[in-house]
Amino acid sequence: MASQSAPLVDLSAVYVTGPVAAADWLVAAPVVWCILVGAVLVMLRKNTRVQPLIAIPALGVLVLMTLALVWHVIANGTVTMTMGRWLPPFGISFTVDLLGAFFAATASCVALAAGIYGRTDVDDSGRRYGFYPFLVLIMAGILGAFMTGDIFNLYVWFEVLLISSFGLLVLGSERAQLDGGVKYAFLNLIATTLFLVATGYLYGLFGTLNMADIAVKASELRGTAPLMTLVTLYLLAFAMKAAAFPVNFWLPASYHTPRLVVSALFAGLLTKVGIYALLRILGMLFPFEREALSLVIAIVAALTMILGVVGALAQNDIRRALGFLVISGIGVMMAGLALGSPAGLAGAIFYAAHSMVVMTALYFAVGIGARLGGGFELTRAGGLYARSGLIAALTLVLFLSVAGLPPFSGLWPKIMLVKASLDVGAWWLAGAILVTGLLTTITVGRIWVLAYWRPAPGEAGEAAAATPLPVGATVALAGLVALSVAAGVWPEPVMALAQDAARGLLDPSAYVQSVFPAEASQ
Amino acid sequence: MRTLIFRSIAPFLTSLMVLFSIFVLLRGHNEPGGGFIGGLIAASALAIYGIACGVAAVRRAIHFHPMAISAVGLFMAALAGVLSVFAGVPYMTGLWIYPSLFGVELALSSVLVFDVGVYLVVVGAISSIALGLEEGDRD
Repeated sequence: MASQSAPLVDLSAVYVTGPVAAADWLVAAPVVWCILVGAVLVMLRKNTRVQPLIAIPALGVLVLMTLALVWHVIANGTVTMTMGRWLPPFGISFTVDLLGAFFAATASCVALAAGIYGRTDVDDSGRRYGFYPFLVLIMAGILGAFMTGDIFNLYVWFEVLLISSFGLLVLGSERAQLDGGVKYAFLNLIATTLFLVATGYLYGLFGTLNMADIAVKASELRGTAPLMTLVTLYLLAFAMKAAAFPVNFWLPASYHTPRLVVSALFAGLLTKVGIYALLRILGMLFPFEREALSLVIAIVAALTMILGVVGALAQNDIRRALGFLVISGIGVMMAGLALGSPAGLAGAIFYAAHSMVVMTALYFAVGIGARLGGGFELTRAGGLYARSGLIAALTLVLFLSVAGLPPFSGLWPKIMLVKASLDVGAWWLAGAILVTGLLTTITVGRIWVLAYWRPAPGEAGEAAAATPLPVGATVALAGLVALSVAAGVWPEPVMALAQDAARGLLDPSAYVQSVFPAEASQ
Repeated sequence: MRTLIFRSIAPFLTSLMVLFSIFVLLRGHNEPGGGFIGGLIAASALAIYGIACGVAAVRRAIHFHPMAISAVGLFMAALAGVLSVFAGVPYMTGLWIYPSLFGVELALSSVLVFDVGVYLVVVGAISSIALGLEEGDRD
């Protein structure tokens, strides 16, 4: 090999030659950090006492990194780092715009809370099965999906988070968990395969997988290539991931079986990755095809939100009811996608962030309630208010927030979405959102009255009265509730962030310029 | 499968295959081979040893738990990319040094570190599955 001789070719034709600013490393750092910490935790998997001591501070560092990334993106616009220095579209780019950074920061906060809650919820055997390694590695998958600028790489991150989620789902290998896990695994593999098929098709049409490149080339190919087929495939694949009606049935079948903290994490984050992918691919890359499909998406959205909340109303197991509320929320986000206007997309983005925080916190609250003696069965629960006023109050805040009542974080995105629907004359979509809000209020009101207000039914109450309040879990819950309240009473910054992120989706020129600085300036 | 012939040959076959897997790993950058295929060869070597002499013998022979081996590999692979922060180039950029050892120029690179990491991940993960299945057979 002629190793030290001068290069015979012009390297600037293959390499990114510009220097890398230290701050740009924030683009790669969160994912790399998760993988490194995850590897260390796998090495220590027998040492169950040390694991949380490493994982929780590491997740804290992750929150700081992603917040710094949000700050960096707000200050400097979309940032790109292309792996291995190869010029895009050949190298794999990580491109973080406001949407990706905002979701990444919110997801990291949720993961930190889950890590803290896991200290009390996951016992030694669960830790030996690898709760903390899987928690950190699933964050690598989720953050990778939010940050990558390459469609095939997005598929890879989906795989990373799926594999970790299988591990989390069967933590403990109980019978019900394996049953739920098989349904979850099978249906998610179908969705992932569809995603892969669609991506192969896309590569055949475009000859590129880089999102910025696709955004540029889509307008040239629109006349000749069958883009509608492609986008419909993507819509089906990601709707399945996001658990939208009629491909939502895997979620209620599996989300109530694992450890509570795992349900909480999944409810908060996994379906939102599907929503993120829908926003990115339909909202940014193929806006014309999304426009053509908007009626279909709107009908799916309306059915998802109404049927989701009706399902929740019929449940006796509180965890199952929450699973259906997750689905209902997906419908609200898809309504924003169907509208496609800046206000609609901004509403969907705000609602997704709200839902990440609030759904996770709701599962936490219900878990603490069950630990205090309420159990998960509505017919037998009761007396939680008498047992702990603090938990009851925090839960009530979350119930009001998920129903979209003021002054909590659920209110504002719903207002934005209703207004956006009325602006385009889609009164029935606005009506569906409002009816969903009413039905959600009835659902959570029913849970509140039965499990919290009703006096404890006889024998169950006395034994559990002595159970002390789990401190770590309560701190995790209170932290998330504080986020929801803060976003509710002080919504302007979040709203502005969501609107900027939506503008970035609708006009991807900044995104493209970040990946291809030379071409855009010509 | 525990015949005398197989049991006598398996240790030699295993050591030969592991040696070959390292050869495949090291030639991998510019020629066919690399960490993934090398790791598969090494994992099948361990599987053969396990079929012949029992899972306990394999676990004793590799000393570390297979999952720990793949964790070390994952750590190495991720860290190999981080080296490029010191060179001021993007993550995962290949960096080369050419030290001279006894008059022979050696081409060492961060790519090699990454490939060794992949090798360890594959060895650890696949042999973990294989050993688990072989143990399951005995029950």
